[in-house]
Amino acid sequence: MTAVAPTRAPAARPHPRRTLRIGGFSTTYRRRQVAVPLLALLVLVLAAAVSLGRGDYPIGVLDVLRVLVGAGDDTQRFIVLELRAPRIAVAVLVGVALGVSGALIQTFARNPLASPDILGVTGGAAIGAVAVIVLGGTTTAGELLGGLGLPTAALAGGLLMALLVFGLAWRQGLDGYRLVLIGIGLSAMAQAVVRYLLTRSTIQDAAVANVWITGSLNGRGWDQALPLAVALLVLLPVSLALGRVLGALQFGDDTARGLGVRVPLAQAVTVVVAVALAAVAVSAAGPIAFVALVVPQIAVRLTGGARPPLLAAGLLGALLLVASDLVARTVLPDSFPVGVVTAVVGAPYLLWLLVRGRRRSTL
Amino acid sequence: MTALETSTAAVRLAADGVRLAYGDHVVVHDLDLQLTDGSFTAIVGPNGCGKSTLLRALGRLLRPTAGTVLLDGRAITSTPTKEVAKVLGLLPQTPLAPEGLTVADLVARGRHPHQSWLRQWSSDDEAVVTEALSWTDMAELADSPVDALSGGQRQRAWISMALAQGTDLLLLDEPTTYLDLAHQVDVLELVGRLHTERGRTVVVVLHDLNLAARYAQRLVAMKDGVLVASGTPEEVLTEQLLAEVFELEARVVPDPVTGTPMVVPVRRLR
Amino acid sequence: MAQRTATRPPAEARAPRGGLLHGAAARTVGLWLLLALTVTVCALSIAVGTRSIGLGTVWHALLDASTPGDETVIVRQLRVPRTLLGLLAGLSLGVAGALMQGHTRNPLGDPGLLGVTAGASFAVVLSIWLFGVSTASGYIWSAFAGALLGSVAVYLIGSSGRGGATPVSLALAGSSLSFLLYALVQAITIRETTALDAFRFWVVGALAGRDADVVVQIAPFVVLGLVLAMVNTPALNLLGLGEDVARGLGTRIWLARGTGLLAITLLTGAATAGCGPIAFVGLVVPHVARALTGPDHRWLVPYSGLIGVVLLLLADVLGRVVARPGELQVGIVLAVVGAPFFIVLVRRRKLATL
Repeated sequence: MTAVAPTRAPAARPHPRRTLRIGGFSTTYRRRQVAVPLLALLVLVLAAAVSLGRGDYPIGVLDVLRVLVGAGDDTQRFIVLELRAPRIAVAVLVGVALGVSGALIQTFARNPLASPDILGVTGGAAIGAVAVIVLGGTTTAGELLGGLGLPTAALAGGLLMALLVFGLAWRQGLDGYRLVLIGIGLSAMAQAVVRYLLTRSTIQDAAVANVWITGSLNGRGWDQALPLAVALLVLLPVSLALGRVLGALQFGDDTARGLGVRVPLAQAVTVVVAVALAAVAVSAAGPIAFVALVVPQIAVRLTGGARPPLLAAGLLGALLLVASDLVARTVLPDSFPVGVVTAVVGAPYLLWLLVRGRRRSTL
Repeated sequence: MTALETSTAAVRLAADGVRLAYGDHVVVHDLDLQLTDGSFTAIVGPNGCGKSTLLRALGRLLRPTAGTVLLDGRAITSTPTKEVAKVLGLLPQTPLAPEGLTVADLVARGRHPHQSWLRQWSSDDEAVVTEALSWTDMAELADSPVDALSGGQRQRAWISMALAQGTDLLLLDEPTTYLDLAHQVDVLELVGRLHTERGRTVVVVLHDLNLAARYAQRLVAMKDGVLVASGTPEEVLTEQLLAEVFELEARVVPDPVTGTPMVVPVRRLR
Repeated sequence: MAQRTATRPPAEARAPRGGLLHGAAARTVGLWLLLALTVTVCALSIAVGTRSIGLGTVWHALLDASTPGDETVIVRQLRVPRTLLGLLAGLSLGVAGALMQGHTRNPLGDPGLLGVTAGASFAVVLSIWLFGVSTASGYIWSAFAGALLGSVAVYLIGSSGRGGATPVSLALAGSSLSFLLYALVQAITIRETTALDAFRFWVVGALAGRDADVVVQIAPFVVLGLVLAMVNTPALNLLGLGEDVARGLGTRIWLARGTGLLAITLLTGAATAGCGPIAFVGLVVPHVARALTGPDHRWLVPYSGLIGVVLLLLADVLGRVVARPGELQVGIVLAVVGAPFFIVLVRRRKLATL
């Protein structure tokens, strides 16, 4: 680890860039870009540990540890390993996926208010899921949908809608602004369709659908966690590899091209990865609000870079979701969906961002 | 351009101990400036010296935190804005017109200060706009949308609007930005004619010192929000002042065409 | 183009241009045609429905309340109030959209951005939950109050940052506050199934099921909003040249902005109170109007109002026809029809800078 040889007077810079060289590998980093993810990881582990013990049936820290190493009584084992651990795993995985997805989209669109919602993922997934809930069993089409299963229908709806947004926005390349606008238009349409479906259903089905739309971890288990984990194993390495290219894309298409980036390809890969991450997250837990929107902005403020850091955004997303779930399970009554907690925390934060620093309107 | 300002001409626009600030950041410090009737003044200075800020205050777009701007002896901030608009016109640096707005329509909007609810479009307005269009050679392009014009034509259209407004005073913020040299000369010729043929009192913020010396009767040099020098181009554009204000080592020679001072840069002083 | 100017008398050369309709004469004719179209669509809206009624029968029912038959009741008690409500809402949303886009200088400015819709939604859910209100007419005052409070809150938040209340800061504050209010709406509807049951029928946006009282209640606000809108148009033309130029030409910026905001709030609030949230009219209609009239708001605003009526009533009639014997709410039809139009707009070579 050596400091870059200064060509001029080594004036104090706010975030000195450091270099790491191991054999043929070399990279530069800033101290906070390493410290923030490490700290986030630490707090995440702590929060998860607390969450394992808390709930309708509190279990002491020592007992939780005992269960984790293979001991403990059957009730505790069931609650920790079969109920809480998978649910927390889903929260972590969904949080990571949404955080990284949001960071990718915001960097791509050069807009701090962009999120996967506006790529149509959420709207499409909501149509798929609500259609299964509302129409399942009542019509032939509904039976077909029902046979598909809710998560699959949501995943398919999200991906199809994103494909539609993507296809309509493509005109000899992808313009971030156009993509966002078309996403907004189609999302508004999707919302109308969902609202229509809600008026056509029984009130019981509508209530179930309403919870799904809010985003919830209730009843989620290993069935959701495993597919999510597999998807993330593929998508996360691709996202992190995109990091370098994203830095160049941020300058605008022409500059990026000048820096030697194949712009259309880089854009396409970025958007596809972001959409896939959001779609698997939404199909597992429903469209949990604000995580993808707010977490990248928190991450960029903590690390002090020029764009949302992917790793930190992922870890902070997981942290936000695990903490919100803990609040939803232990503080709020009636197993309130976690989406309400993230929205009620996230919306004021967004307002505060606006009131405080109007200057940072462009990432 | 030979008519030098005389001490008998009335002061139309004056800054009296004006301090200008954005938030806590003071940009212009307690500045005094008097602009007499029929004068053509160019404000020059390095980037960030506060010249555009001063112009905004003179055009009552910015309220001073101390001191006053006086228009014909009356505080401009306490004069009804529509009355000010009949006497004082201004063009910001890069004005934007809505898509599809025609030149004729743009120029017609310059008549707003002279209109009221009952009198929305008088024959007077009609005549003034027609005249403004032909005087700026824009009659041919009257039907074209402003956004379809070239940079030079667009600036002409805006000057035409300012002419239609019919004000005695006209403030222009860097009207030559983004124009090539030929169009810079073209626009300044037009502004010069506004002064000589129409007797307008003109204040213009300019970057190009040589063009400023050529067209303006009076230069005002600013640095760090302070008025450093004011006078004829010959008085202001000295090698010593260029070193002080622009940190530039330069020769000043007579312009071979007009005889006004011409700055030939040598190198940057640090 | 240049040659045409040369031969044209100067008086006509001054007439504003830029849209399909050149000159004040063409625009006046266009306005009359549009009025005729509006009347036709109104007639259609009274005649067409689950049960189609001949125009002759409609005419008799309108003239004489004592004309025997079910048709008279349907026309006078259902179709006429419904059509009048559509008329007021279409006018309001079209005009509010034109004002919003003019003030924000943003072709995608939508009156819903100012927190009006979210405020109304929140207030409606609250009134269902806390006071057990359950009829469309019952929501009207809470919806209107919510709309006003929502836009006041947006204005306070939007003007609290550096640089005061600019159209951009207002739009950002509006969208953030909407997020928060919708989150609260979601929280309440999850807890209270009865609230969800009533709210889900309000939030789609519909003209059906409102009685004549609703029309009478929102009419004064619509009229006031329309008057303010017309007063605002000359200033809006100047604001289109940028705030600096507008001030230079003698506009009092705060007065012009305030008048515009008040008009937008009254109009959108009244429409939302009457029908529930209706998307896309305010967004799409001004673009159609602009294509006809060009950027002069003195024409653009009335055109937008009438086109808004035509669009809203046609969508409502369509919703009654496609899903017989039931019907599709006008809000749904408009979203499904409006979204493709919006996408075409976005895909155009370049977006209009206003």
